[in-house]
Amino acid sequence: MYDELLLTVLLTSVPLILAATGELVVERSGVLNLGVEGMMLMGAVAGFGVTSLSGSPYIGMLGGATAGALTAALFGFFVLGLATNQVATGLALTIFGTGLSGLIGAPLVGQAIDGLPVFIVPLLSDIPVLGVLFRLDLLAYLSIGLVAGTSFVLFRTRAGLVIRAVGDNATSAHALGYSVLKVRFYTVMFGGMMAGLSGAYLPLVLTPHWAEGMTAGRGWIALALVVFASWQPWRVVGGAVLFGGVTIMQLAGQARGWSVSPQFLSMLPYLATIIVLVAMSRGGRAERGAPAQLGRIFLPPR
Amino acid sequence: MMRLTPRPYVSPHQLLLVPVLSVLLSIILGGLIFAALGYNALDALYQFFVAPLSRPDQIGNLFVKACPLIIIGTGLVFCYRANIWNIGAEGQLIFGALGAGWVALYLPESWHFMMLPLMILGGMIAGASLAAVPAFLKTRFQTNEILVSLMLTYVAGLVIDWLVRGPWRDPMSFGFPLTPYYPDAALIGKLSLPVVGKLGQLHWGILIALCVSGLGWFILSRTLAGFKVRVAGDAPRAARFAGFSPNIVTFSVLLVSGALAGLAGMVEVSANMGQLQPQISFGYGFTAIIVAFLARLNPAAVILAALIVALSELGGDSAQIAMGIPKVVTGVFKGILLFMLLAGETITRYELSFDLRMTGGKMSRGDADV
Repeated sequence: MYDELLLTVLLTSVPLILAATGELVVERSGVLNLGVEGMMLMGAVAGFGVTSLSGSPYIGMLGGATAGALTAALFGFFVLGLATNQVATGLALTIFGTGLSGLIGAPLVGQAIDGLPVFIVPLLSDIPVLGVLFRLDLLAYLSIGLVAGTSFVLFRTRAGLVIRAVGDNATSAHALGYSVLKVRFYTVMFGGMMAGLSGAYLPLVLTPHWAEGMTAGRGWIALALVVFASWQPWRVVGGAVLFGGVTIMQLAGQARGWSVSPQFLSMLPYLATIIVLVAMSRGGRAERGAPAQLGRIFLPPR
Repeated sequence: MMRLTPRPYVSPHQLLLVPVLSVLLSIILGGLIFAALGYNALDALYQFFVAPLSRPDQIGNLFVKACPLIIIGTGLVFCYRANIWNIGAEGQLIFGALGAGWVALYLPESWHFMMLPLMILGGMIAGASLAAVPAFLKTRFQTNEILVSLMLTYVAGLVIDWLVRGPWRDPMSFGFPLTPYYPDAALIGKLSLPVVGKLGQLHWGILIALCVSGLGWFILSRTLAGFKVRVAGDAPRAARFAGFSPNIVTFSVLLVSGALAGLAGMVEVSANMGQLQPQISFGYGFTAIIVAFLARLNPAAVILAALIVALSELGGDSAQIAMGIPKVVTGVFKGILLFMLLAGETITRYELSFDLRMTGGKMSRGDADV
């Protein structure tokens, strides 16, 4: 019973971890991409479609990541190349991605695929309850590796320093000779790739079908998680597991016959997001750890 | 490499040209997508943009679709002008429908002569109260209004689902999730025009929408309150020096847009459904975002913008029926349209120049010597 619950929590949190980690890097470089939901849906439909065509969920995974990155490139072109408003462009990306994924996915509705297989780590997986941590799929393990890698690159390497410099003081970074727009384009692409992987996780692991709008707001929750994590990669993991826990409370509630209407239990993740946002928004921008230039347009001077 | 240089001034012609060109470009790109998907692009575009206008009753239906978009879009214009990003109009619309629905279902018979005004009031209060949440959190804790308003949209969807399946369900509905029918006094009737008579489903709500848009234009461009909104968005520092409280502006624009979205919800249900059901809106709250931008954040232009976007909605239906193109293609078109509008904004504000030498961003030796 408990390991089943824990497993559900973990599986629910993986897509949030992936998408939020990607968005975290994007925001660290000073760009706010509100199109996570759209990129995730493109990743989900590509992940499903490619798996269905190739028969391999791993190629499907790559397909999802590629689709996410390509969608993000569109965002990058507008926001960085044409200096458009980041909020509005992000919304456009979500609307576009939701529509295009539905259009591409229309012939896929009703099909089923074999998702990612589970890797069982010998011995460790026999531990009571916590053993489920070692009975996951490749992408779940990879998500933790990606968080570790992101944390390492952001805080222990020169590249990470440049990313943070671009996000905190673009003018100085530019004066030092770094191409602000290029760095931001790379982070946007990385964010798209992660959102694509995150979206692909839904049909590859959680439900083996494609459904229009199947992300159900996860992309937006990932955006809130970045705030919750105060732009620190490891805190994303904690936040995502917490959200996974809140999300499955409805399942637990139904199983135990709580007398609360299911609709109220389904509201919990959304309400929790609001509460978390309020709790994290006390204090100034800097105290919260937000990159100083988040959402600002940078035009390289001559 | 592409280079953007700010223009010293923006010519008024360009301000008009951008929406027109954006629509044309979106149509062309839409055609290319149709072709890429294996449909006959010209047939598809005909179904999308011409077929819905070929019958008079369809023109009536075009206004019916545009009606909620005009009302919500006008409210969003206020928000976006003030640089406040309310993207939860969909939820506020649902709450408005609930507020009005509560009046319609529970108002005592003797008060029925006041039914519609009270429903309008109920809808606007309910919509505004949902928008008050991000307004309060933004002004009190600087919480991001984008995420809060969006999260509340999901919550509102679950609230209406709970009400129509639970406490408000019609016991005679044979288990369907529907409330009882509204009394006649709570319905908005069909509009009968002189000469042509009734046009499709066209109802009185369209007059409300036209009034809202006109009033919105007047307030935003001709009153001090509207001036404060514009200054808060265009020059926040100047607004502070002038003594305009940013918090009051934030609150007002969110309440106005919430109330208008609520009004749209009231009109939508009273005119088209006559009872509450789990799904009462088909993304009007999100589509209105595009309407607001297509109107270049001008309430008077919202009417035309809403008609154009509504045409693409009707076109989606007709293309689905005639050619089997999935309805979601409307979403693709709307996304492209918003992208084009934003790009157009850039072109009016900046001069684009292209550096054809492929220096790839890094300075070559020769450049460094200069």
